[in-house]
This record gives sequence, structure tokens and C-alpha cells, in this order.
Amino acid sequence: MATPGALRVLEHNIISYKRVWKGTVFSSFVNPVLFLAAMGLGLGTLVDAGGRAAALGTTSYLAFLAPGLMVATAMQMASFESAFPVMAGMKWRKTYHAALSTPLRSADLVAGHLVFVAFRLVMMAVVFAIVITAFGAVEFNRALLAILPAVLTGLAFAAPIAAFAGSLESDYGLSSMFRFVIVPMFLFSGTFFPIDQIPGWLQPLVYVVPLWHGVELTRSAALGTATALNPLIHIGVLVAVLVIGFVAAIRAFEKRLIK
Amino acid sequence: MIEPLVHAQSLVKRFGDFTAVDDVDFEVAPGEVFGFLGPNGAGKSSTMRMIGAVSPVTEGTLRVFGLDPKDHGAEIRGLIGVVPQENLLDMELTVSENLLIYGRYFDIPRATIRERMVELIEFAQLGEKVDAKVEDISGGMQRRLTIARSLINEPRLVLLDEPTTGLDPQARHVLWDRLYRLKQQGVTLILTTHYMDEAEQLCDRLVVMDHGKIVAEGSPRGLIRDYATRDVVELRFPVGVQETIVGTLEPLADRVEILPDRVLLYTTDGDATMRAVNAAGLDPETVVERRSTLEDVFLRLTGRSLID
Repeated sequence: MATPGALRVLEHNIISYKRVWKGTVFSSFVNPVLFLAAMGLGLGTLVDAGGRAAALGTTSYLAFLAPGLMVATAMQMASFESAFPVMAGMKWRKTYHAALSTPLRSADLVAGHLVFVAFRLVMMAVVFAIVITAFGAVEFNRALLAILPAVLTGLAFAAPIAAFAGSLESDYGLSSMFRFVIVPMFLFSGTFFPIDQIPGWLQPLVYVVPLWHGVELTRSAALGTATALNPLIHIGVLVAVLVIGFVAAIRAFEKRLIK
Repeated sequence: MIEPLVHAQSLVKRFGDFTAVDDVDFEVAPGEVFGFLGPNGAGKSSTMRMIGAVSPVTEGTLRVFGLDPKDHGAEIRGLIGVVPQENLLDMELTVSENLLIYGRYFDIPRATIRERMVELIEFAQLGEKVDAKVEDISGGMQRRLTIARSLINEPRLVLLDEPTTGLDPQARHVLWDRLYRLKQQGVTLILTTHYMDEAEQLCDRLVVMDHGKIVAEGSPRGLIRDYATRDVVELRFPVGVQETIVGTLEPLADRVEILPDRVLLYTTDGDATMRAVNAAGLDPETVVERRSTLEDVFLRLTGRSLID
């Protein structure tokens, strides 16, 4: 039986990744350790001791932060892994052009890329789950449960960003995207503080931000606070963004590569 | 009659308002080395990309292995080998990794790829470089690797877009030798080039393209016979003199071509023409007598040189 095209593309990615995997695993370990130590423990002590604890309910700031940070890191990593490698495939290394003179199609390139990003996200999230458990932020089985929504959230960014990067002529657009879209989302989507701290008239804006859905979903999985309906809405939004992004990416790749 | 491997009729490729390939017809028979000769922008690469089932046909009919690229793109791409103008290798991977990932694109089992790799590495004379990163090997080696890569699926038809552009003369000769071996193995080759010596060395048959159209077709010798004379005498005069003596030169040859830097006299007997030049009292700075080439054919057909 024929190997699906996406998996053939994935093999290329894995062979390239073999050269750098140790470094990436190390940084996916160091990154949460630093953040949790500085903000979870350092800043968290102040938060828990101060009057603000009420906004978090009975949850410690460390426990509040850990799942939010996990999903925000997933977003960051997926965005980065989608932006520059896609640009490279199109323009810098042009590996996509070579691939399309074989039986592969644009859809295979996009799907293979997303499967690889998913693989990277799972690896990162597993390390993250171990770290937050070691910090005593979350129980291990709960931390494991948080992996799936974190990966889903990452993919909901990877797909539309692949479409965006695939349509760009230069990488200027990518740095603007990180500066004006990804970083604000990272800061204001409920990652570091509950969004009811944001002025009421701005809150509806947060509801349309995919990362907020990811944060809510992951946090409810990690802290066991999920209600019956909410997770379905969050999952629905993230899956919708993923599917729309996937289709848009295939279109963008075809437009760029098949002339 | 043998079924042609590639058959094109009234083939057109347009990019917006620009017509890159303008109503061309050609056929390529199995085992043939077929060339598209023409300057940059003549429509050669666009034609190749259509044959390679990468670029959609705008108008006309195209069949590769009897299949329509529109409906059987993936199937056609699985049957042919492609050497693109830019190598499009993964520079960060090694020579063998490049062959492996490309072979996997065709879904060839890993064990089979490893078997073929031994042969291909030898064919491409890359034995010592198997584990070298592609960015660390020379341009000629990268080009040979690209050709080796195009053979990983054991294609019967290989498309080569400008196979030796940018290589030094020695690397070009090595490459021509490799391509000649492929031809001897019965592989059909279609290549584009703007080098007349390359076309003469390799092609059994070629078409001359200019502004998207085919302006002549035949074997290299046949084209030279039909569109040029046997000999050419090239004369260089001091600046300003050339223009004043055109009238004197005209009767000395079958045809006179005035280029910015020299005058070409087309003649059946180069020696006789040289003597006639001397007898006319002309005193050129340099005189070169040579056989006609495809460059002369191109000049005759288009009024321009192949390489500007």
C-alpha cells in the first residue's frame, strides 16, 4: 500500500530535525523552568499573598500560570515552526519546488508540514508536563491531559500561519506578525492573568482570540475545572481555525508553486 | 510507427497577458535526445515545466507517455526524472540524505533506495562525498547529484533544464559524458540549452525557439546545412572601418552578417574567400576561418546571437 504523501514529506522533516533535536528538547525544558521559577514562584508568591488571590479562587498563581504558559508556548513554537520553515521551502531552500516535480501535491506538503509541527508540539508539551508536575503546579495525570488541547491550539496557529507565510514574498511580514499578533496574544489571552482583569469593554475582543480558547481549554483540563458546554465551544473554535487555515494553506501553496 | 513519448500540438502557455509558449508542435520519440535551443526567455523552461506536469497547459494538446498532464499529473511525475534549472537540493542535508528523501517522495522502499544509491553515487562520481553536506560540495558535484537524484525512480524520460549553465568547461564535459551514458542506456532525454556546443554534442534532434515559437527543427547537422553554409570567415576591423567596406565585402561571400564587433562571411569555401578578401586589398585586424555552428543557424533565423 502506498505511503500517504504527507508522511513522505514528514520523513524529510524528521531527517532534517535529527540534526537539531537535542537542542530543541533542551530548550523546551529550560524555557518553562525559567518562566515558572520567575513568574510562578517569584511573582506568584506576591500574588498569592496579596489581595488579588480572590480573582484566582482557591488556585495558586503557579497552578493558574502553568497550563496557560504551556499552551502559549505551544502557540509560539507552532507559529515559529510554521512561519520560517514554510518561507524556506518556498523561497530560501526551495525544497517545496523540488517536491512538486515528484508525485507529491501541494496538499501533501501542507499536511506533512502540519503533522511535523504536531510531532514537535507533542514533544514540547510532554517535557512541559513533566516540568510543571515537578514544580508541583499540577498533578501529573492532569498535566498529561493538558497536552492534547495545547497541541490542538498550536495547530490552530500553524495552519493559518503556513497559509500566510506561503503567500509572502519576503519575511518582513513574518516579523510584523510576531510583533503585532503573536506577542500581544501571548500577553493578553489569559495566560498570565484572568481576563476579567481586562476592562469590560475590551473583553469581547479576547473571546475571538484563538489563544484564549486554547488557554481556557488547557487550563480547565489541567485544573479539572471544565464544565459540560465550554470545552466544546473552545474545541469547535480551534478546530474551525485549523480547518480553515489548512484549506487556505493548500490554496496559497498551489497559487505560489503551480504556475 | 513508434508511439512518441511526448506529443505536443498547438501548445500554448500564458502568464496573464504574456504568452511564454506560443502555439508549438513537437514530438519526442523513445531513446531520442531532444533539445530546445534558444536564448533566455524563449519559452524553453515553460515548455519543460508543462511536460513535467508541474505547470498547467493554457491551450492545446500535450501527452506524456500518452497521458494528459491535466488528469494524470502525479502519474506522469512518477514516471519521469527532472533536473531543474536551479538544483533545488536540500543544502543542509548530506548527499545520501538528499537521495533518500527524494526517493521517499516517490514512495520507493528505503531498501530499494539504498541499493540504487550505490549505483547512482558511482554514476555521479560522488563516492567520497556520500556523507558530505551538499552546501560543502562543488557546483559541478551538486549538478551531478541533481542528475543522480532525477534517476532515483528509474525514469525512461529525463527532463534537463539548462544542465550545464554556470559550470566550468571541465565540469561540463564530465556532465556531457554522464548524459551520453544515459542515452546509451536507452533513456530518453529532453534538454533545454542556450549553448550551441551543448546542443551539437548531445542532441539527435532539436527545435530552435525564439519568443515562444519554434522557428526551425532538425538534427544539428541538418539545421546547419539548411540554414548556414559550410564555412564561416570572421573578420575584425579597426573601429569605424567596418561600416565603410560593407559594399566591398558583399560580393565575396554567399551571405554577409554584420555584427557590432565583427563581420561574418558565409561561404562554401573558406580558403577561397580568405584569398578574395586579401585580393580586394582589405586589411582586417584578425581573421578566423571556421565551420558553421548552431550559433550561425540561430543568427540566421532570428538576426540575434544566442547569448547577449
